[in-house]
Amino acid sequence: MKRHFRVWRGDASGGDLRDFDVEVNEGEVVLDIIHRLQATQAPDLACRWNCKAGKCGSCSMEINGMPRLGCMTRMSTFTEDETITITPIRTFPVIRDLVTDVSFNYEKARETPAFAPPPGVAPGDYRMQQVDVERSQEFRKCIECFLCQNTCHVIRDHDENKPAFSGPRFFIRAAELDMHPLDDREDRKEHAQASQGLGYCNITKCCTEVCPEHIKITDNAIIPMKERVVDRRYDPLVWLGRKIFRRDELESASTKPSFPPIVNPSTANPSTVNPPMSSARLPQTAPVGPDGHMDIAELVAPQQGGLSPFGEDLEFPLPPEQIAYHHPDPDKTPDR
Amino acid sequence: MTTTATRPGGGEERAAISARTLRTDRWWLAPLVTFIGLGAWVTYATVRVFMHKWFWVEEFHYLTPFYSPCLTDRCGDAAMFGTPLPNFFLIPEAAFTLPFLLLFRLTCYYYRKAYYRAFWLSPPACAVPDGHKSYSGETRFPLIFQNAHRYAFYAAMVISVINTWDAVLAQSTGLGLGNVILWVNVIMLWAYTLSCHSCRHIAGGRLKHFSKHPVRYRFWTFVSKLNTRHMQLAWITLGTLALTDFYIMGLAAEWFSDLRIIN
Repeated sequence: MKRHFRVWRGDASGGDLRDFDVEVNEGEVVLDIIHRLQATQAPDLACRWNCKAGKCGSCSMEINGMPRLGCMTRMSTFTEDETITITPIRTFPVIRDLVTDVSFNYEKARETPAFAPPPGVAPGDYRMQQVDVERSQEFRKCIECFLCQNTCHVIRDHDENKPAFSGPRFFIRAAELDMHPLDDREDRKEHAQASQGLGYCNITKCCTEVCPEHIKITDNAIIPMKERVVDRRYDPLVWLGRKIFRRDELESASTKPSFPPIVNPSTANPSTVNPPMSSARLPQTAPVGPDGHMDIAELVAPQQGGLSPFGEDLEFPLPPEQIAYHHPDPDKTPDR
Repeated sequence: MTTTATRPGGGEERAAISARTLRTDRWWLAPLVTFIGLGAWVTYATVRVFMHKWFWVEEFHYLTPFYSPCLTDRCGDAAMFGTPLPNFFLIPEAAFTLPFLLLFRLTCYYYRKAYYRAFWLSPPACAVPDGHKSYSGETRFPLIFQNAHRYAFYAAMVISVINTWDAVLAQSTGLGLGNVILWVNVIMLWAYTLSCHSCRHIAGGRLKHFSKHPVRYRFWTFVSKLNTRHMQLAWITLGTLALTDFYIMGLAAEWFSDLRIIN
């Protein structure tokens, strides 16, 4: 049967909601309807999508005003006579139709300092206990759909806060690394408070409400981070204790590695950004040709299909003598 | 049809959507219920605190939590720590504890969400616009003092001990419905206080290596389980506090008599 839809069409210069009547079958989700619209009535309707399984975080949109994934919103959750309004996510500049420019998030990601293992511990030598790393693992479920960033009223309703505020997605990143048993950086709390704008959050929990991965963003990341910041900055007793027992001096005197200070590329002198061990890189623009368009990758690539993430010169399976694998039982050696 | 991707970063304008919100569900219901619930409770508590009577049942040693510990000359036998405070209608009987309890609930991470949404409309609901032109969150005075929540938590721990002692004292007279109500209230108050996010942080959340602190890890796990119910406990304790107070007020005013089980 046909159901009534209103879909926002337009670009940065303007647009409006257009009405469509589309066939809906049992078991379909909103993204299926977008695809049917593209196939039947609006072939040039722009929409990002990839996995159709709620794991890639591409099809973020607002359905009846609520930020959601198109592929995870079942049509059976609406009544049959309900008009369904589909709009692009509001917080970010629109490119066309349902596609928005979410580069804000990638800029904020670059400003977040990367994982910093202790010196002398090479990748492959990381050892940690499950109880220690468990809290951080919850935040690894993030699919970067940026629905939390979109719904957060700090930037959704107050665009002027964008330079100062990183948003929930990067608060869980900060919490993930600050709770990480092997992360050696000590200044993440200060960074969260001073550069990420943690204080702007008033814990109204909309990020948690919209998260399609059901990460407890507020309870498990933002509030613990706020409490950790309180330890460092706002707790007079902790401050007094640090002074009396001279913990600051002891910590700096011990052989802690000194990481370069975190630099915010939006405020720093371009010549001083990009310190080692930091992901504070300057944003890169997309490689576009003279016509302002990107290449169509498949036509210029030397072979069909996606390129290997491991490099085109690597073949699988790897020869066994190249694999650095040690069986936990010392009596056993790899079969081959 | 083949189109090439347009350049990202080209658009600087948000989508022109005229409606302030396109939500069609009853998003205003939750903040409205919160507004009415919290408003009604605060009204009741204020009236009761400044009533200065019907707070003590001599016969069974019931003392309402709103007047505990009782510190003015009106207290009579209800006074546990002496009566250092004068009789003045603006001074509540529990003038040394009520401000801390108020602070504990005002700076509570759950109540903050509740009143920022329901009273301050910042935002009233998800994807519904903020009711204010500018916004600085909790970065400056006065809201920066929300960071002092852990001190209010320490005070609330002490006050919970006093409330427990009230329940123990009332137990010395036998067993009645009033005792049951007092105990339920005290247990719920403990559950609410221990489920606090600051408590969770102090118990073990601040640690980086749980494996090095197994006892604190177990305590953190326990508090974390309670913590998921922090919102429910916040509302349950409002209910038990009001109910306990109302029951004791009714007994003291002789509107009804205590249902006795023993003695």
